[in-house]
Amino acid sequence: MRPNRFRLPRFLRNHKAAAGALILLFFLVFAVIGPWIAPYSPDQTGTAIVVGPSSAHWFGTDQLGRDIYSQLLVGTRGVVVVGFLAGAIATVLSMLIGIASGYLPGRGGESLSVLSNVFLVLPALPLLIIITSTQQSNGWVVILVIGLTSWAWNARLMRAQTLSLRRRDYIEAARATGESTSRIIVFEILPNLTALIASGFIGTVVFTVLTEITLAFVGISVSEWNWGTVLYWAQSQDALAQNAWWWFVPAGLAIALLGTGLALLNFGIDEFVNPRLRSSGPARIKTATGRRVRMRIGFTPVTGAPGELVPALAQDPEGETL
Amino acid sequence: MRRLLTRLGFYLFTAWAAITINFLIAHTLPGDPVSALLAKYAGQINSSAIASLTALFGLNKHQSLWGSYLSYWGQLAHGNLGISFTQFPTPVSTLIGQYLPWTLFLVGTATVLSFVIGTGLGVISGWRRGAWTDGLLPAASFLSSIPYFWLGLIAITVFTGPGSWLPGSFSFSQGLTPVWTTSFVGDALQHAILPAATIVVSTMSGWMLSMRNMMVTVTSEDYITVAHAKGLSERRVMLSYAARNALLPNISGFALSLGFIVSGTFLVEIVFNYQGVGLLLLQAIGADDYPLMQGIFLVITLAVLAANFLADLAYLILDPRTRQEG
Amino acid sequence: MDVIAAETAVLEAEGLTKHFPLPASGRELLGGHARVVHAVDEVTLTLHRGRVTALVGESGSGKSTVARLLAHLQHRTDGSVRLHGQEVKVRGGRKLRAYCRSVQLIFQDPFASLNPVHTVRYTLSRALRVHGHAGRSRAELDQALTDLLGRVRLTPAEQYLAKFPHELSGGQRQRVAIARALAAQPEVLLADEPVSMLDVSIRLGVLNLLRDLKEQLHLAVLYITHDIASARYFADETLVMYAGRMVEGGPSETVTQHPAHPYTRLLINSAPDPERLGTGFGEYDEDGELTEEEDLGEPPSLVTPPTGCRFHPRCPHVMERCSTETPPRFEVPDPDGAPTTQWAACWLYANEEASAA
Repeated sequence: MRPNRFRLPRFLRNHKAAAGALILLFFLVFAVIGPWIAPYSPDQTGTAIVVGPSSAHWFGTDQLGRDIYSQLLVGTRGVVVVGFLAGAIATVLSMLIGIASGYLPGRGGESLSVLSNVFLVLPALPLLIIITSTQQSNGWVVILVIGLTSWAWNARLMRAQTLSLRRRDYIEAARATGESTSRIIVFEILPNLTALIASGFIGTVVFTVLTEITLAFVGISVSEWNWGTVLYWAQSQDALAQNAWWWFVPAGLAIALLGTGLALLNFGIDEFVNPRLRSSGPARIKTATGRRVRMRIGFTPVTGAPGELVPALAQDPEGETL
Repeated sequence: MRRLLTRLGFYLFTAWAAITINFLIAHTLPGDPVSALLAKYAGQINSSAIASLTALFGLNKHQSLWGSYLSYWGQLAHGNLGISFTQFPTPVSTLIGQYLPWTLFLVGTATVLSFVIGTGLGVISGWRRGAWTDGLLPAASFLSSIPYFWLGLIAITVFTGPGSWLPGSFSFSQGLTPVWTTSFVGDALQHAILPAATIVVSTMSGWMLSMRNMMVTVTSEDYITVAHAKGLSERRVMLSYAARNALLPNISGFALSLGFIVSGTFLVEIVFNYQGVGLLLLQAIGADDYPLMQGIFLVITLAVLAANFLADLAYLILDPRTRQEG
Repeated sequence: MDVIAAETAVLEAEGLTKHFPLPASGRELLGGHARVVHAVDEVTLTLHRGRVTALVGESGSGKSTVARLLAHLQHRTDGSVRLHGQEVKVRGGRKLRAYCRSVQLIFQDPFASLNPVHTVRYTLSRALRVHGHAGRSRAELDQALTDLLGRVRLTPAEQYLAKFPHELSGGQRQRVAIARALAAQPEVLLADEPVSMLDVSIRLGVLNLLRDLKEQLHLAVLYITHDIASARYFADETLVMYAGRMVEGGPSETVTQHPAHPYTRLLINSAPDPERLGTGFGEYDEDGELTEEEDLGEPPSLVTPPTGCRFHPRCPHVMERCSTETPPRFEVPDPDGAPTTQWAACWLYANEEASAA
């Protein structure tokens, strides 16, 4: 008998999902320990003005001599907290409105759908800028506002799925058993939407992180320091003209890396739920007689010497035969 | 026909909502900066300007909210968006009129290019599974996570500088006047290459991914197998059968993403110092120029709604299933 | 009317009607002529405890809609439903739950009627809990679950409780669905084509189970099906529906052996039966071979149904009257002169008896 090897849960065996989870973990760790391990306080001015990377300042300094590496480290927490919080608000809203809109019959559902469409079509950034720059902006208000403008996309998806689920027999059966509407929505429909909700949350977080950074870039900042603020200073101090690449390159890379990690995680979920999306194995394979054959979807090429029929089977990376 | 009217009704309703939101925000400005400004420039503004600012910002304490609302609509009907603080005393509508065409030009070309290239790549990557195109996926998701403006910064660093052909800022060379001559148009195009390329590279991955997903779903349908069995060439099946059907959801997705694209374009303009509405907005924010900010918001929103409506129209024309209904 | 009927009648429908509105164009709305699908028109039936009533018809005849109307999952356009003689006015909420305690519905597709994310234990426990039969402790609940699964012959219970629907076979899933219905301890079971989607070899087992349950629990069963042969096997009384209206009714044996209405005859003849070759609607030569097949026709549009008797475009015995007046129910005389309860809504029987059943 073979000893039980430690096997990752099936979801994480997918390469993309594992890579994404790893990246996310990396940033979460830094979000927590960032301010502790930062060598300087991000506001601490110094004499080394706009100096490139050195042993004292790994990512160089800005126009006030502040250490950019520390700014990024401290900023990670701001980015992660705001992104995830606003993302959570938006996801909860999209669930409530989307599912209710799909389940409630008649005018109720229709009007909620119109509401989501309105929020979807209004361009978010100008709206955000207007609201946050004209109102008293303390951090919580901005988080709330970002959350309030990011829910529409997923609400639409939830509504579409709920509409199709509503017609299923098991929902009618639940009604015939005498279940109340709220129990049906929460316990019968919702569990069938978990993949959609998970993937929606991750997508929303990508969006909220980018939005928050964008707002900081145009001068409306949420927390003390986040990656967008670094870029704001870089832009307004004309880092380009001074060829101070170290000022803006790390920040952007960090954003891109976080975004990629989340996107990979999302791919993993998608492929887990819909096996068809998985990247299949090599497209050209060698058959028994040594000929090369291109695999087509839906076809199992039958090749071999005349008189001899040898079907070629495709294998996907998980080792399961298609 | 019915669908068309429903969509039109929806966009009109949204436009109304946007205008009302604008109105409400204008009325909740902290510290009443507009009155302060009016007091400061009292001698230099003519009475019609004062009247329009009053209506736009509800400065008439004697009017009820509803009354203010109606005056607001009156102002808008005359195309009067107030006077900019920073570029005093230029009317907001004039300013926007100067800067808007550049934005439209940039957004228009970049979006179309990005859609075409992204969709094309998506078709190929969805069709040939397991080929080199699969490697594009992580690259595409990396690219789509990069904020446009950062890509712009990189592009400027890498591609511009002394001796380079590509200009790093402005929409046209300083000192030239905008006229419809070939040399000017050429110059404008030259200045647009980097900003447009930045937008295209960032956004096309989104199209590529969604197109790939749709292609994967479509290629497993039976009618594709029939097409193969009929003996049609692979390219023909890929384009006329699979891509054609997979394209439809992307078109409706295109309409929805216009709002996002506009936001991204603003930032690119800022980075490249491109004389578009985005740059104008940045200046307005920095100087607390409320009339300008609100004017831009309104114009951009209405433009996006109009573009959405056109895209919906295109979808209705392209999808034969929608033509059947009365 | 049957002598026993009055005492054991539990669910009655009278003049049950359901019209589904179609999306109307502007012109139609202004003219006041919104189009509807006449799914069910004036259906009258009675269910008795301890008896199985079959409702037979093609797809589109409205039989599934009748089941949904009787279960009050959809609202009727007209007519009345009486439970124990009391008129039922249920739109949802608590009243629906109380009604469900007496009337339960079993669905056609055994896979679709069970929520794929819930185990058998969850599904049945919910059914028990909603109707207050779950007991107070975990042990009592377990006992109730075991009893329930035992009733539908899924033993040992522990083997089935932890399973998800996709881990069960079609027959097992349908038994779980029946168990779920039984959890409410109902008096009426509305079975909407309970065996149509099961393998033929499994059908008999499930039908026998339903029959045994009917006997043990003294249930009234409405058995909806398109297969008239199974109605003969399983049901005491058979009702035939066509295009939303009822066209014939009576004891199963009589209706299937001596069909009165031309449509019922069509149904019987299209059911393969080795004992009755050569009695189809076509022309036969001396060897009993079918030389000319009658075109059996298609069911009509329910949006603009045929006037008068809805079967008249397909009927081989059509008369003038059939296209203008809708026939009421007429008694069909027994060939031996014995007292009969068979009736048919057909003008062919108008001369026989003046009374309608």
